[in-house]
Amino acid sequence: MEKLLEVKGLKTHFFTSGGVVKAVDGISYDVAPGETVAVVGESGCGKSVGAMSILRLIPDPPGKNMGGEILFQGRDLLELSDAEMRDIRGRDIGMIFQEPMTSLNPVLSIGRQLTETVEHHLKVSRKQAMERAIELLGLVGISEPERRLKQYPHHLSGGMRQRVMIAMSLACEPKLIIADEPTTALDVTIQAQILELMKNLTRELGVAMIIITHNLGVVARYADRVNVMYAGRIVESGTAEEIYHNPKHPYTLALLRSVPRMDQPRGAKLEPVDGQPPDLTKLDGGCAFRPRCRFATESCAQAQPVLEEVAPAHISACFEKDRVGLTAGVTA
Amino acid sequence: MLQYVLKRLLLMIPTILGAAFIIFFILRVVPGDVCELKLGGDGGHYDPVQVEICQKNLGIDRPVYEQFGKFVVGIFTFDYGNSMDTGKPVTHEIGLRFQLSLQIAIMATLVTIIIAIPLGTISAVYQNSWIDYIVRTVSIAGIALPSFWLGILLLLFLLNFSDWMWGIRWSPPLIYKPIWEDPYHNVSQLIWPAVATGYRYSAVATRMTRSSMLEVLREDYVRTARAKGLLEKLIINRHALKNALLPVVTVIGIEFAFLMGGLVVTEQVFNLNGLGQLLVHSVTGKDYTMTQAIVMIIVLVFVFTNFMVDILYAWLDPRIRYS
Repeated sequence: MEKLLEVKGLKTHFFTSGGVVKAVDGISYDVAPGETVAVVGESGCGKSVGAMSILRLIPDPPGKNMGGEILFQGRDLLELSDAEMRDIRGRDIGMIFQEPMTSLNPVLSIGRQLTETVEHHLKVSRKQAMERAIELLGLVGISEPERRLKQYPHHLSGGMRQRVMIAMSLACEPKLIIADEPTTALDVTIQAQILELMKNLTRELGVAMIIITHNLGVVARYADRVNVMYAGRIVESGTAEEIYHNPKHPYTLALLRSVPRMDQPRGAKLEPVDGQPPDLTKLDGGCAFRPRCRFATESCAQAQPVLEEVAPAHISACFEKDRVGLTAGVTA
Repeated sequence: MLQYVLKRLLLMIPTILGAAFIIFFILRVVPGDVCELKLGGDGGHYDPVQVEICQKNLGIDRPVYEQFGKFVVGIFTFDYGNSMDTGKPVTHEIGLRFQLSLQIAIMATLVTIIIAIPLGTISAVYQNSWIDYIVRTVSIAGIALPSFWLGILLLLFLLNFSDWMWGIRWSPPLIYKPIWEDPYHNVSQLIWPAVATGYRYSAVATRMTRSSMLEVLREDYVRTARAKGLLEKLIINRHALKNALLPVVTVIGIEFAFLMGGLVVTEQVFNLNGLGQLLVHSVTGKDYTMTQAIVMIIVLVFVFTNFMVDILYAWLDPRIRYS
């Protein structure tokens, strides 16, 4: 199948007074049209930076692209001029951010924030843009859209605001939506509603989605494929089912074990991932997960493991992936 | 919105009364009065009988609460009594200078806005570039230079520049004419003090705009606007500036009110007969009615400006409008 997006060896580093933070250090993955790809990892593992780098939204300085390619429909986004990039943002690639409370402009009406994208990219009149905005609000399940258009973000609840963000990202019928932890800031009940909405809309409209999350429940239910990130790299990648039932990286395994499950006995203790994520300015040549890994051996300190195929469409970067697989089989 | 405006208007009343109370009593704490000063002259010796007659004529022999009552009623009926020094109605004396001071304050504020908002915005957008450094240096200079000194430099420059260009030494007109009588004459006289003070006040407002803009540019909604693919110009003007202006409006509002009575030295430099000069004069002459009236007018301007700032706030920020 033809790829919609191909990220090849993308590197985004931040040059700070404390040293160079290699937030994204050579990640490669692709997204097919209509596919939902999840990027999973702890806070600070580079998953958001990786996603924002696609739209070139990382402020420079301190952030800087240090190499790689981002092919979107065959065009390398890193080679485009600012004007060409602006045409892609909002029209071909929509973005939904984590914090609906702060992602909408407090002093502009919902209508204005929705119509400006449509007016700008589709070059239509204000009236046509308004009609489109009403249609979009209906699409994301907001009642009385005409009245809502005149309201301001502070009139809406968090869930409603996130619906508006989704409507905004869909305004110009994009081919890809990047959702950066779209439900992290919401109540659990609202989270499910928003995720269902996103799933249904992307299916109906045939939009591909990259969903960034640290919630493995989200991954299991909504993603076709999963990239697990650790310390700026992808450490495991595969179909959601493979990752869930057959993890081949100790970090993935640890993440899975830290999640409460319905089939565990009452009172069973969760296993948190021990230790802290590494300081990204002080990475050595070995595996970054080594200090927290219970499978670590001498060889892990010598070299960085590369991604290798462990099953069809399932790759993992671990020297001890077979041992991990055995343990996972026993306990998962 | 109407409720908001009404609430703000009602809040003005206790503020004005409180200010009136403080002004009235603080003035009377200072020992001596206008009669002793006038009759005593430099020698300090005066005839007590004459002083009593003088006090009776001016009404300052009456009980303090009675004088205060009269003063408060006067504030709301715009009857501030006669000057204890010249004997002419205070409103007449002030009226002549109020126009001039108000015009300078408005012009200086316009100069401030024209300088501060574009420069502050550019400086923030191009943070840490050479443009930013130039703007910051210019605004630091504005804070460091007293406006009267800048005024003197301006006058010297005008004299020498006109001499060099056209061979005549030109300086701004010395006699004040209201703007509706002779707009050219009026503006060519008042633009210079307005520029000198406006530049100074723009320094604070520029830095305020810059820091407020820097803060807003890091907000999530600006990132959202970028992710929508909007033009940078639109992001700055529509998304960032409206949010960044809130603190700037406050600073400019306070400065405007201050300009009404605080330009004593600048008025001296440009030979202008403004409220500042009159105030200094009336304080040293212990002219109670005049001092009270001028300070009250400054208070009214302050209160009114704050009211306007509140209205602007509501216009800029719907969260205030709808609360």
